[in-house]
Amino acid sequence: MQSLKKTQWIGLKTIIRKEITRFSRIWMQTLLPPAITMSLYFILFSTILGPRIGEMAGFDYIQFIAPGIIMMSVITNSYSNVVSSFFGAKFQRHIEEILVAPVSNEIILLGYIVGGVCRGIAIGFLVTLVALFFTDLSIHSYTVTFAVVLLTSTLFSLGGFLNAVFARSFDDISIVPTFILAPMTYLGGVFYSVDLLPSFWYQVSLFNPILYMVNAFRYGMLGHSDINVTYALLAIVTFVVLLTTICLDILKRGTGLRT
Amino acid sequence: MTFVSNIMIFNPPALQMTNLRKTYRGRVTALRGISLTVQEGDFFALLGPNGAGKSTAIGIISSLVLKTAGEIKIFGVDVDKEFSRAKSLIGVVPQEINFNQFETVNDIILNQAGYYGIDRPDAQKRAEKILKQTQLWDRRDEISRNLSGGMKRRLMISRALIHEPRLLILDEPTAGVDIEVRRSMWKFLTDLNKSGTTIILTTHYLEEAESLCRNIAIIDKGKIVENTSMQLLLRKLGAESFIFDCTSSISTLSKLGDHQIRKLDDHRFEVTVNQGENLNTVFEELSKSGIKIQSMRNKSNRLEELFLGLVAESA
Repeated sequence: MQSLKKTQWIGLKTIIRKEITRFSRIWMQTLLPPAITMSLYFILFSTILGPRIGEMAGFDYIQFIAPGIIMMSVITNSYSNVVSSFFGAKFQRHIEEILVAPVSNEIILLGYIVGGVCRGIAIGFLVTLVALFFTDLSIHSYTVTFAVVLLTSTLFSLGGFLNAVFARSFDDISIVPTFILAPMTYLGGVFYSVDLLPSFWYQVSLFNPILYMVNAFRYGMLGHSDINVTYALLAIVTFVVLLTTICLDILKRGTGLRT
Repeated sequence: MTFVSNIMIFNPPALQMTNLRKTYRGRVTALRGISLTVQEGDFFALLGPNGAGKSTAIGIISSLVLKTAGEIKIFGVDVDKEFSRAKSLIGVVPQEINFNQFETVNDIILNQAGYYGIDRPDAQKRAEKILKQTQLWDRRDEISRNLSGGMKRRLMISRALIHEPRLLILDEPTAGVDIEVRRSMWKFLTDLNKSGTTIILTTHYLEEAESLCRNIAIIDKGKIVENTSMQLLLRKLGAESFIFDCTSSISTLSKLGDHQIRKLDDHRFEVTVNQGENLNTVFEELSKSGIKIQSMRNKSNRLEELFLGLVAESA
C-alpha cells in the first residue's frame, strides 16, 4: 500500500487539474467576459473620461486606476471560480466522488483554492495585457505585487468556498457577489484615492478590506498607496488564516456536505 | 479463514457494523442501533421498504452521512480511527446518478482514480481494463450526459471499481434499467464476486437478491428484522403457489388428490403446495384425467411474499 502522503499528493494534483481544465474548457464564459468588460473600462477612462479627470495622486488617471481594475478582476474571478465550481459539484452531487475517497479535508480545500487562484491569476494576466494597450505599466515591487495577487486570490477563493458550502440554490451563489462583493469593490478605492473623501467616508472606507488589497497592489505597481502597505498585507494574511480555519472546521463538521 | 503453514488466521469480516444509530437534525431517527456482519467474499443483500434506513446505512459506511453513534469496521479497519485506509477498501455505487454530466467517461474514471492516489499512467491502464469489461471503452470520449440510462449505471460501477476495492456496495444499481442490461450487470457482478470482491447490494427487485445473494438482511424502520442466509429464509416460506397451463379444458376438474385447486379460466388453474407436500399427486391425477400440461410457473416471487410478511410483522 502506497504512503498516505503520495495518495494525498496525487489527490491534490487531480483536483487542481480538474479545476483548471474546467475553467479552460469554458473559456467563453470564464476568461473572455472579464477581458472584454475590463477593456471597456480602459476605453472609457483612457480616451473619454480620463483626460477630463486629469491626474490622481500624481499619475495619469488611467495609470492610477489600472492596478485597481486588475485587482478587481482577480477578486471577482477567484471568488466566482470556486463558488460556481464547488456549488456545481454539490448541486450535481459529484462532490461525493471526492468525499467518499481517501482525500483529506485540507487537500479538498487546497485543491479548490489553487483552482480559484489559478483563474484569478490567469484573468489578472489577461487584463494586464489589455491595460498595456492603453497605458504604460511598470512594477515598483515584484514581491509586493505577487504577494498581494496571491493572497487576495486565495482570500476570495476561500470566500467563494464558504459561500458554496452554505448555498442551497443558484440564487444563493449570486447574492454575495452582487450585493456585497460588487459594492465593496467599487467603493474600495479602485477608481479614486480615498484621500479625496470627506473625513467621515474616509473612516468608513477603512472598514472595507478591499481598500487594503487594491492599495497594496497599487503600491506594488506604482509605488503609491493611500494605506500603509505593511498593515494592508497583515490584514490580508489575517483574513486568509481566519477563513482557512473556518473552512476547515466546516469541512470537518460536514456542514452542507454530509448529512 | 486462511491457513498459513500450521497457523490458522481468522480474516476480519468485510463489514462489521455495531449498534449503528442515526438521528437526523429534524429528529427523524433513521437507524435504531443496527448491528450487521458481512463476511469476506459474500454476496450480501440488504433489503427493506422505502425509508427503512438502507441508504442511510450505506451513506454512513461511505462517509456521506455522519453517524450519531456506533462503530464500523471495514476488513477490521476502524472507520473512525483510520479514515483514509478504510475508505480505500470500499467502492460505492450510489442510487442516484452523481457524476459530472459535463465530463467525458474517461475523465470521470481518471479523476476518481486520482482521488484514490492512483497516478495517471496506472489510472489510464486500469480505466481501459474496466471500461472494456463494462463495455464502455468505445464511449470513453463521450460526454457523460449523452449516455443511455444503462450506460450511466455501468459508468457508476466502473468508477467505483477503478481503485479495485475489496468491498463493493451497490445501492439499487439496476433501478430503471431494461432487462437485458440488468441481466448483463448480474453476470458482471457475479463474476466480480467470484474473483474475490465482497458485494453488498440493496435492491427493490427481490428476484435480483434471490438470484445473486447468498446472505440477506431485511431492515425496516431502522431495525434489522431478519439476518440469515437466503436458503434458510426461503425455507421459512410455508406454502408456494403454482399456475398450470393445460392444453385441454379443465371444466370437469374440481380437486387433484389432496390439493384444492382454483380455476383461473377454462385452461388454467392454481394449486397451493404446503411445506412437506409435493406435486407428484397433482401430476398423477392430471394424467389419470387425460389432461396434458403445457407449462407450469410460480405464482409470485417467493422472496417477495416473505419480505412482505416480515415487514408486516415488524409494523
